[in-house]
Amino acid sequence: MLDFSLMLEVLPKLWQGVGMTGRLSLLILLLAFVIAVPLAFARNARAPLLNVPAQAYILFFRGTPALIQVFLVYYGAGQFVWVRTSFAWAVLRDPFWCLIIALGLNGAAYSGELFAGAMRNVPAGLVEAARALGLSWYSTMRTVVLPLAIRSALPAYSNEIVLTIKATSLASTITILDLTGMARLEVARTYAPYEVFLAAGLIYLAIILVLTRGLRVLERRWTVTR
Amino acid sequence: MRITRHGMSIAASLAAMIMIFMMTAVSAQERLKLATEGTYPPWNYRDTSGKLVGWDIDIGNAICDRMKVQCEFIAQDWDGIIPGLNAKKYDLIVASMGITAKRKEQVAFSNRYKETISQFVARKGAIKDASPDGLAGKRIGVQRGSIQHDFLIKTYPKSEIVVYDKTTDVELDLLADRVDLMLQNKLTSYSGFFKKPESADYEYVGPDLKGGLLGEGNGIAMRKEDTDLRDRVNKALAEIIADGTYETISKKYFPFKLMGE
Repeated sequence: MLDFSLMLEVLPKLWQGVGMTGRLSLLILLLAFVIAVPLAFARNARAPLLNVPAQAYILFFRGTPALIQVFLVYYGAGQFVWVRTSFAWAVLRDPFWCLIIALGLNGAAYSGELFAGAMRNVPAGLVEAARALGLSWYSTMRTVVLPLAIRSALPAYSNEIVLTIKATSLASTITILDLTGMARLEVARTYAPYEVFLAAGLIYLAIILVLTRGLRVLERRWTVTR
Repeated sequence: MRITRHGMSIAASLAAMIMIFMMTAVSAQERLKLATEGTYPPWNYRDTSGKLVGWDIDIGNAICDRMKVQCEFIAQDWDGIIPGLNAKKYDLIVASMGITAKRKEQVAFSNRYKETISQFVARKGAIKDASPDGLAGKRIGVQRGSIQHDFLIKTYPKSEIVVYDKTTDVELDLLADRVDLMLQNKLTSYSGFFKKPESADYEYVGPDLKGGLLGEGNGIAMRKEDTDLRDRVNKALAEIIADGTYETISKKYFPFKLMGE
């Protein structure tokens, strides 16, 4: 039967992992966003020199499992002596940064494709009208395309944020003690996977519930009233 | 007709009884069936011809020689190996089985016939003192939930314990210098990690760690009611240890002692 007292007992331990999950999620989302914006422009560019690499990047990161990408960065990089002796090792030695790099690059592919699609969906007539009014390419983007694109991308991007938070649970496979890592540690100690994983799942659920509510408020505020 | 049939069945029963009697008379020498897993090299496995071989088979046969019984090894899948013993399909399990409290509820064990030894591994010359104080602040890699993990938490509180899904993951990070040491079963690291060329620059450090949290070692299992058999196995085991047979057999497989003292 479900042992509630055990769930309460492991809760403080699991809470220790929540901070790590939060830090990982924030930094991954930040890195993904910073890469995704130029990636989206490259993806929509007419020049093959920009367009082809962007599509290849998106294909690779969306076409391979995130766990494989994490293992490639963490275990793969550590295999080579020249990597271990380079300045990059200071970063790659740390599982924390390995996860942020792997999932950040992964998230950038999804978000980049999302942003590119949102920008393409801005009606061509609006862009033409802006150019006809004498706005530069930069001003057209800043005042017409991007505000509209951001609004239409937001619901899908909220989803992206949720997926990123859940993907951070891969951290436990490379020794990071995030929420899932703490849960697995507690399972090893208590031999009660049902109670411990259920408690961990409920914590994820609570975090995501609060977050999606907040994002929905933002969506409502930014959506153009028709 | 009826009487004849009756007579025939009496005769048949008599014949059967005589045959059974004769069979027992012929096999004046006791026969025992020994179960092993047969998929766990180098302890017990099948050679290319399909014959069961390995350390367990050699030790089992040596014990049978001492007990002056004829033995036959049979292979049995691990998850059915204890039920099969209690169903009397065989009399002993000689399969490097760990002695645990849970298994003791179902079967009896001989005295320990092999110890579970764990030992630290580190880069050559990197670690001088493997005591809890000597390893303060060092990063030790270990498999999550293993007996070694439990042991480290309780015995090495000043070290940073880094947990992995698998022992091979720990080995990769030891090679990548992400951890300073790893702790795993010594026989596992001997036949795994140290067989790989990448391990050339690594060595065992500190003493053999065993007992307590690190496990009670392996025993030969028999049915609980077979107390007489247990005593005879223990006596034979003590004899082959005393006369060096045990050591000779073990040396065929590993260069170090499988039992302390």
